[in-house]
Amino acid sequence: MQTLMINGQSRQVDVPEDMPLLWVLRDVLDMTGTKYGCGIAQCGVCTVHLDGQPIRSCVIPVAAVAGRQITTIEAIDETAVGQAVQRAWLEHEVVQCGYCQSGQIMAATALLQNNPMPDDQAIDTAMAGNLCRCATYTRIRTAIKSVARS
Amino acid sequence: MPMQKESTLDISRRRLLQGGSTALTGLILSSWLPPLVSKSVAAEAATAGRLGDQSIDGFGAFVRVGHDSRVTVISPKIEMGQGMQTGIAMMVAEELEVGLEHVTIQEAPPNTALYADTLMQFQATGGSTSTRYTWEPLRRAGATARILLVQAAALRWRVAPSLCRAENGRVLGPNGQNASYGELVGVAATLPLPTEVPLKTPEQFKLLGTPARRLDTPSKVNGKARFTIDLQIPGMLVASTVTCPVYGGRLRSVDDQQARKILGVRDIVRLENAVAVTASNFWACQQALKALRIEWDLGANVSIDSAQLDEALIEASSRSGVIAKREGDIEQARQQSASQFEAVYEQAMLSHSPLEPISCVAHVRPDGCDLWVGTQVPVFAQQTAARITGLPENKIQVHNQLIGGAFGRRLDFDFITQAVAIARQVDYPIKLIWSREEDMTHDLYRPLYADRLNAALDQQGRPIGWEHRIAGASVLARYIGSLPSSGVDADAVEVAVEPIYHLPNLQVRYIREEPGVVPVSWWRGVGPLRSTYALECFIDELAHNAKADPVTYRLSLMERQPRAQAVLRLLAEKTGWGQPLPAGQGRGIAVSAVFGSYVATMVELEMQGETAFRIKRLVSAVDCGLVINPTSVTAQIEGGTLFGLSASLFNEILIKNGQVQQTNFHSYRQLRISEAPPVEVHLISSLETPGGIGEAGTALIGPALVNALFAASGKRIRRLPLSRMGYYPV
Repeated sequence: MQTLMINGQSRQVDVPEDMPLLWVLRDVLDMTGTKYGCGIAQCGVCTVHLDGQPIRSCVIPVAAVAGRQITTIEAIDETAVGQAVQRAWLEHEVVQCGYCQSGQIMAATALLQNNPMPDDQAIDTAMAGNLCRCATYTRIRTAIKSVARS
Repeated sequence: MPMQKESTLDISRRRLLQGGSTALTGLILSSWLPPLVSKSVAAEAATAGRLGDQSIDGFGAFVRVGHDSRVTVISPKIEMGQGMQTGIAMMVAEELEVGLEHVTIQEAPPNTALYADTLMQFQATGGSTSTRYTWEPLRRAGATARILLVQAAALRWRVAPSLCRAENGRVLGPNGQNASYGELVGVAATLPLPTEVPLKTPEQFKLLGTPARRLDTPSKVNGKARFTIDLQIPGMLVASTVTCPVYGGRLRSVDDQQARKILGVRDIVRLENAVAVTASNFWACQQALKALRIEWDLGANVSIDSAQLDEALIEASSRSGVIAKREGDIEQARQQSASQFEAVYEQAMLSHSPLEPISCVAHVRPDGCDLWVGTQVPVFAQQTAARITGLPENKIQVHNQLIGGAFGRRLDFDFITQAVAIARQVDYPIKLIWSREEDMTHDLYRPLYADRLNAALDQQGRPIGWEHRIAGASVLARYIGSLPSSGVDADAVEVAVEPIYHLPNLQVRYIREEPGVVPVSWWRGVGPLRSTYALECFIDELAHNAKADPVTYRLSLMERQPRAQAVLRLLAEKTGWGQPLPAGQGRGIAVSAVFGSYVATMVELEMQGETAFRIKRLVSAVDCGLVINPTSVTAQIEGGTLFGLSASLFNEILIKNGQVQQTNFHSYRQLRISEAPPVEVHLISSLETPGGIGEAGTALIGPALVNALFAASGKRIRRLPLSRMGYYPV
């Protein structure tokens, strides 16, 4: 039995220790906002926050995150920055198919929480791990900058 | 629909969108039917007076107005990121006189009679046809509903309908009367459909042409949107498969002793060419699949590799094939020519690799089957499920879902067939999910193509004869089973047979050369993408050989193409074309008229050493006719261009021992934000019929990039991707 702190709530899950956090979220807790894309930390659609830092939940065993603060897309609007990012995503019409956007928003929120005024280089570094096959990159960059300005 | 079945649908998108049972049982309309369809469910219902409150099986219509005044638009097109459903909602809302905020989208069920796309002749989302097809019928549906609601109000108030008008979901009468659509719908639904349905002219548009917020995006920024892979059906287990690594191979035997011991595993299901595991979660499925000891019969394709395929294709490009187009006399032109020029262009095999991996929820019961799946082809989904289960088609319910990227992948239904084949062997619903590795190695691929172009030129280097030989697999034949007796694949030769340039003595040949080793399919841009690449590279070579400016040279051959000329001139103006650049920098262009739209794209790049380059600017000029939603048009050009850039730079599926070598995004890399230049888009204001825009950008970036590389480096690359040729962006 593992005890997880997800979005401020304590959750007990009876799963093997090496089960990746992603599948605990999706298939045990039915929190499907966090997506599966590659399983090898290459695409970023599974990004969640662990103690405020972005991680790829597809490769993190659940035992490694027990007791630590996990934040997912479902609760990102509980932070001012997360809310601002979501708003900017809609204002700039970033989204196309939307499948990667949970991960993009989690990565962008972490970036802006750590660095309120990221330049292009900082955006590249923070966001390069998040693929978007619809290639909404131009608008992701614009949206991040608009949050930074506000 | 029996109540029991209803209860199993409680999380389906259809149900969610219905909201409540009373809201949508009002007015049901099908005001326009495809001309090929003489009869329809909705038309029959209309003539038989069965529209209205009793008509709960009301699919077969585009528009419904509920008693709560909510408007539901039944979308014959699935949303996969292209913004189509918002566009469709705008078309209806414009004529129905409601705000977009009153509109809810519901996915159309499989129904060829009602929802076949007349441009493609079947019910599908693809080929950049969605706007072109829906433009007329969806506006007409909205207008029909409005006319009936106004008539209902006129009856109530005993005034002439011409004295009433519709506005923002209400009908207003001449003496201050005022009624909501919801109040009027009961009567409106009993009225005969109008025979004349005039549509607004563009100057009357309030909504169309204005930037509208997408209807589907709010739930995509908070994790609430559910794609197929996210669905939960009561009693459902997750299923995942490992399929024979060589296409055409078969399962010989499997030892599942270890796999069955994995916690959460329920069943091991044997299929003809695959083994499936069902379990409480996807991770357990993967652990169990790894623990299987499988013996495959790898079949006949096991010795094939990419080098053989490439060689065969180049050889094929010299063969005669079949004539796809012949105008004038190419031989005579050659005899009269001052010189000839020939070049061969090669394009790689490509995977779709959308970020949502293959997924399909299937529940097979003795009396019926439900599919919850994002599909571009709901009728095909229904048919394959009927074939596998032996159930009649009307017992197969298809609940279409948002798609997490398709790019053509979900025009195929191989995975739906597999999901149903698994589901019929178990007595619970399954959600089939392929691992990324399965998704990439068992795709249906954009085929290899080799285009051999030969131009007979006059003294000034202008073409007086033109031969284009196109060698490659036939996607069309694979998809529909055969080619017409001419042997011409109309998709493969599109653009080549009707180039935007005036090319006298034109001959186009198609040489069908099947790779055999893997199935081939539609990929964003389809035929126009492949031919545009070859044509726009070749014309650029001819311009340089003639020492002519590539824009001027193109314009001189486009006298009959005013819209193509206009986008090219606008592009030249916006990019400072003709202004000199420092050594090591260059600009390349490409122009096309595909999918009913005219687009020109310019790439400006700077060499950084021999083979590295930096893209400095990427600009497109677009005339897609009347713009429905400018935000979506711009977004599609931006995304489509970068999607094509990713493939042009990096992507190639290689075969070794009959097996696909690329397995995940580490070996089939995609463009990242750090490599993505901004895309400038300039729209031309136009009143022409709307064209498709989802693929036009994708088709132009490859040739524009290659042409820019030549301008900057003097090196002419004729094969994509550039990474294979040693060129990389920095």
